[in-house]
Amino acid sequence: MKKDEVPQDKSNLETANFKELCYAVDENGEYTTVNSSGWDPKTIALNKAIEDINERVEDAKKRVLSNQTSPIEYYMELHKMDLAILASYVGLWKWRVKRHFKPRVFNTLSNNILQKYADTFDISLEQLKNITLHEN
Amino acid sequence: MKIEFTHHQSAHCENGVISNLMKHHGYNISEPLAFGIGSGLLFCYIPFLMVNHAPAFTYRALPGIIFKRFAKRVGIKIKREKFKNPQQAKLRLDENLKNSNPVGLQVGVYNLVYFPDEYRFHFNAHNLVVYGKEDDTYLISDPVMETVTTLNDKQLEKVRFAKGAFAPKGHIYYPVHFPKELDLEKAIVKGIKHTCKDMLAPIPVLGVKGIRHTARLIRKWPKKKGIKKANHYLGQIVRMQEEIGTGGGGFRYIFAAFLQESSTIINKPALSELSKEMTAIGDLWRDFAVDASRIYKNRSAKEDAYNNVATQLEVIADKEEVFFKKLKKAIK
Repeated sequence: MKKDEVPQDKSNLETANFKELCYAVDENGEYTTVNSSGWDPKTIALNKAIEDINERVEDAKKRVLSNQTSPIEYYMELHKMDLAILASYVGLWKWRVKRHFKPRVFNTLSNNILQKYADTFDISLEQLKNITLHEN
Repeated sequence: MKIEFTHHQSAHCENGVISNLMKHHGYNISEPLAFGIGSGLLFCYIPFLMVNHAPAFTYRALPGIIFKRFAKRVGIKIKREKFKNPQQAKLRLDENLKNSNPVGLQVGVYNLVYFPDEYRFHFNAHNLVVYGKEDDTYLISDPVMETVTTLNDKQLEKVRFAKGAFAPKGHIYYPVHFPKELDLEKAIVKGIKHTCKDMLAPIPVLGVKGIRHTARLIRKWPKKKGIKKANHYLGQIVRMQEEIGTGGGGFRYIFAAFLQESSTIINKPALSELSKEMTAIGDLWRDFAVDASRIYKNRSAKEDAYNNVATQLEVIADKEEVFFKKLKKAIK
């Protein structure tokens, strides 16, 4: 990549007001560094990933509201987590967390365990039990 | 207290921390040099590690290993510690800052507040330097950022004790011993040899063979996984290649810069020629990213399009195989 070929496309980096560093060669073939504001193929890939996550969140929301799954799954998706990550945050086995996805099981959980989830998601117990109280 | 520390922006966090800490201690080590000596370049397909619901592909060595190799090869000693207790982790950090010693920290990205939201995934192998503390605010030099920034003690504790794969567990590290003179020449040769070995390894998911393996997977994905998943997986390959911190082209440009710098240090003009070749390969990686992004942009992609990008990867694999064989000879 030549110095003047370093892409300067619009990207999500703008929101945080920074540019990333790229390596490129100058006129004499010497390597130098150039700041880049972003690159479309990368931005597309990133946006696509975000879109997928939003889809998962929406899907989980619907299933919570129709009582097919517990709010824990919704909050997990909202925080871009998967089962393994959530289990390691709350310090429980994966199979236990998965079991807590069942609304029937969720309703019997002790406050002690619920608090672990609430702390992980940085929300109150009320919000954990009722996702409509969470803005988003 | 604030330690006199000069922040240099880098492409990749781990190299950047090495380079910035070395410069702080008076050794002029550039980012590419740190990357090359630490044998950072790689290609690996990790099917059992699911990142964001897609298998992981990596273009560089495992987190932490670049610094480890770098230290061993140039003869510096690093002290590393991990903690169970956040209190203790904080105590050790404060002690070091009091002694005017800037330290490297491994952190998780998800709660890193100064990152753009879109980049905040559960990725736990980010690195940064803490160079001071004012009241409850830590002064942070994050190598991928243009300027220095800050985090309060709660925010810092959160990222230091992020959970999931590669959980940092408060990982803190800093150099404690330097030799009288860094033996760069030997270190460079060792670094290059190791990279050649990795890239030419007879393991199906590693190096050149790994790239070919990935090409075969791409051909199969649309039929086996459906278009939606195939596109998601393909996006993953591109994101890993062009994430913040790769310097573009899946680290190939940084490696090319390393070869160029090394050619003068160890006085081998051949490396300078090879650097040009690596730059060209980096460009091919970028072309691949452009074409791959076209596929997942238009959801209704033809199967032909997958075959096309797979062929591109195979061309890259062939070129890299020739390249690393040449490099291996050149360094002998």
